[in-house]
Amino acid sequence: MTAPLLEVSHLRVEFPTRRGTLLALDDISFSIAPGEILGVVGESGAGKSLTGAAIIGLLDPPGRIAAGEIRLAGRRIDNLPYEQLRRIRGREIGAVFQDPLTSLNPLYTVGRQLVETITTHLDLTASQARARAIELLAATGIPAPEARVDHFPHQFSGGMRQRVVIALALAANPKLIVADEPTTALDVSIQAQIITLLKKICREQGAAVMLVTHDMGVIAETCDRVAVMYAGRVAEIGPVADVIHRPAHPYTVGLMGSIPAMDEDRERLLQIDGAMPRLTAIPPGCAFNPRCPRVVERCRAERPELAQVGATNAACWRPVTVEAVR
Amino acid sequence: MAADAPSNPTAGPSTLRRLLDGDVWHSFRSSPVAMLAALIALVCFVCALFAEVVAPHNPFDLATLELLDSLKPPSWVDGGEPKYLLGTDGQGRDILSALMYGARISLLVGIASVLLSLLIGVSLGLLAGFVGGRTDAVIMRICDVMLSFPSILVALMISGVGRSLFPHAPDMLALVVLVLAIALTGWVQYARTVRGSTLVERNKEYVQAARVIGVGPLRIMRRHVLPNVLGPVLVLATIQIASAIITEATLSFLGVGVPATSPSLGTLIRNGNDYLFSGEWWITAWPSLTLVLITLSVNLLGDWLRDALNPRLR
Amino acid sequence: MLVFILRRLVQALVVMLSVAFIAFMLFQYVGDPVTNLLGQDATEEQRTALRKDLGLDRPFPVQFAHFATNAAQGEFGISLRQGRKVSALIVERFPATLELALVAGLIALGLGIPLGVYAALRRGKASAQLLMTGTLFGVSLPNFVIGIVLIWVFAVELKWLPSFGRGEVVTFGAWTSGLLTRDGLLHLILPAFTLSAFQLTLIMRLVRAEMLEVLRTDYIRFARARGLTDRSVYFGHALKNTLVPVITITGLQLGSLIAFAIITEQVFQWPGMGLLFIQAVQFADIPVMAAYLCLISLIFVVINLGVDLLYFAVDPRLRVEGKAH
Repeated sequence: MTAPLLEVSHLRVEFPTRRGTLLALDDISFSIAPGEILGVVGESGAGKSLTGAAIIGLLDPPGRIAAGEIRLAGRRIDNLPYEQLRRIRGREIGAVFQDPLTSLNPLYTVGRQLVETITTHLDLTASQARARAIELLAATGIPAPEARVDHFPHQFSGGMRQRVVIALALAANPKLIVADEPTTALDVSIQAQIITLLKKICREQGAAVMLVTHDMGVIAETCDRVAVMYAGRVAEIGPVADVIHRPAHPYTVGLMGSIPAMDEDRERLLQIDGAMPRLTAIPPGCAFNPRCPRVVERCRAERPELAQVGATNAACWRPVTVEAVR
Repeated sequence: MAADAPSNPTAGPSTLRRLLDGDVWHSFRSSPVAMLAALIALVCFVCALFAEVVAPHNPFDLATLELLDSLKPPSWVDGGEPKYLLGTDGQGRDILSALMYGARISLLVGIASVLLSLLIGVSLGLLAGFVGGRTDAVIMRICDVMLSFPSILVALMISGVGRSLFPHAPDMLALVVLVLAIALTGWVQYARTVRGSTLVERNKEYVQAARVIGVGPLRIMRRHVLPNVLGPVLVLATIQIASAIITEATLSFLGVGVPATSPSLGTLIRNGNDYLFSGEWWITAWPSLTLVLITLSVNLLGDWLRDALNPRLR
Repeated sequence: MLVFILRRLVQALVVMLSVAFIAFMLFQYVGDPVTNLLGQDATEEQRTALRKDLGLDRPFPVQFAHFATNAAQGEFGISLRQGRKVSALIVERFPATLELALVAGLIALGLGIPLGVYAALRRGKASAQLLMTGTLFGVSLPNFVIGIVLIWVFAVELKWLPSFGRGEVVTFGAWTSGLLTRDGLLHLILPAFTLSAFQLTLIMRLVRAEMLEVLRTDYIRFARARGLTDRSVYFGHALKNTLVPVITITGLQLGSLIAFAIITEQVFQWPGMGLLFIQAVQFADIPVMAAYLCLISLIFVVINLGVDLLYFAVDPRLRVEGKAH
């Protein structure tokens, strides 16, 4: 068993506000192996993007890491001084954000932005950096890269721009990519292309990916493992096929059940009653207990830890252990 | 839904009252700066309004002036007298009293021009927004052109033209021209804001419904559009009062503002400037300080009002 | 882009014509145009000749065309107050105002931009708060009060700087410059700082606001996520994006400076166009007023055009016409 590339242990992220301290991430733990693609899925507000931000060290103030550890290749990175963290960003951890339209500086050419990133982290001459920039553009599937390297962002279409963003994220050859909803802002037809690209190029470079998304379809296509987040906690984590076909946590069950299938004949879409609680109103015990069909007294009193159930780990007192849901 | 909006008689005032009763007042009480600014503004306003009663002397009553008392420094300086708290000017006028009368003129002209500005701007804005089409285009073009000219220039031109047309005008007329000149420099902001709001409201369903029933455009504008623009217009007006006062002071300082018989703070500063080099600094210092205090407090109030009425910051 | 330039030129022409029209109305109907052109000491024959010459009995558009062509050549008649040709007066006074406005503009930019950037980057710290409070003063203090205070401190009390006039000037042909002599420069200091004060605070507030906006954008976040140095992020990316909208505003401010110079020139008795204009207003000297109006409008129009072109040069989004692919 190889040592994990990224290890997040008992991470807590807080937002001190005038009305009190909001707990946005409550005791999150997971790991990513080198070269692995981990999906992080959940509703809006579940804390997926925050987890990504915490790992890169770009939590928007006043948010801060209150407890826990983040280790990259065994080394702690959550408590590093700013300058050291800056060196890790881009060089060891790359990031891809949601909106390609606003991710690129409109006033600089794509080439300049690439070269800048390359020369910040790698010791290359200007012409070497430019050559590498063109290589990267080619690798991400941009036609005529020698010409397009001198184009401005507004001259690229949405899908092309996201390719540029991916090129930028991989420019300094990081070992981990944090991709926060990389396809949500794109046309459906382009989404598949970008996801395929991301998967291929990361495999080629040997980079691990933390893919944050709310789209289960993307997760199913791309990821090796998946973590399901709910109200700032990890509800379930495990290999993708197992989480999808044999989910143990009632929330995951509900999630999978609510996805309409082509081969089923249904009149109404299934949904989970109620809504995810707001950060200020998380119930004691298991956060899911008000909506859970399998709730017992213990759920309301004690918060469950992640425990092995079948092939996955679920944080539940009464996990589902029955055979395939679908 | 469309039925109760137009027929609700308190749709207009209750918005305003709601604002005043709730968050705005609370925001006021919790902002020491706003309270201080309001206090200063209030004191200046009261002194100006009741100058005859509050001022220790009457600087315009030639009979009470003593030439022997001229150029006396403030009372705490050597040579000063407690009778003339802030000193006297070249004619023996008490500076403190002159200040109050001067402030009154400044405030009068400032507020009058803002009101006129408001009237012109809001009417034109409503017209542009409601009628649309060519009227709208023409009005907006005029706005653009006016905005690109600095206000002082517009005021000076109008003042200059007024002087040429009526070279021996009575004071009242001169004041009217002045107020008009300043008013014409500031109406554009109101017009734009009101036009924007009118356009938004005009497209709402209840307005369209009202038009179908046959409610006249004036009534619609008054009942539905006006209450919604009151907030931003109020903020604009407060900030504009400060700039109107400054414009008037500038014009008076330049010698083309208020007539000499009713000196404003600007005139006082101008007169006092001549004595600066001979060491009688107080003649120009006190009016300057008063002017700055008034504009500063009005600006602070305007700033606070804008933040208090801004829904995004709540 | 050519289409754009043409369109703007046409707009500029329309504005100039409208301004010429207003000036024309002033000339004809406020006061006597014959007196405006000949001065008050003209004889009766001269007047009748001019009346015929001017075609005051001719239709309105013809008179306007006549006026406009004269105006385009700078011919505005004789100043009622000074009895000299208006064009000569303007040419004489223009350098003084221009130098004052340019130096004030440089001060406003040179101090305003760095201070604004500082206030944005050190947001929340005491020094930044102090700066922002200072700008409130800058906006509330009228131009002439600042001038008077500066005169009192530096000229009356400390006696370091002169407060009256231009000092020694050097002449090249039609141009007189105070920038080349120490005396001239000393005289320039107080008026330039007075004139720049308002613009300075404006620029500072603008730069700070823009910079704060820019620092919240996704591309800045992405730049940080790529591990770029603070220097790159703030001065390579954020600053450039901040300055693009700032350029328009500050460009337009130059015209505003020339106009506000009126006040500063009065305070310091600076022999420029502004002082000339004020004296014209006090005296109801129509020809000078009309000429000043036209000149100022021309300056504004030219500056506006220049700023638009500058935008093209700076923002690549406006340049390339091709479709995104």
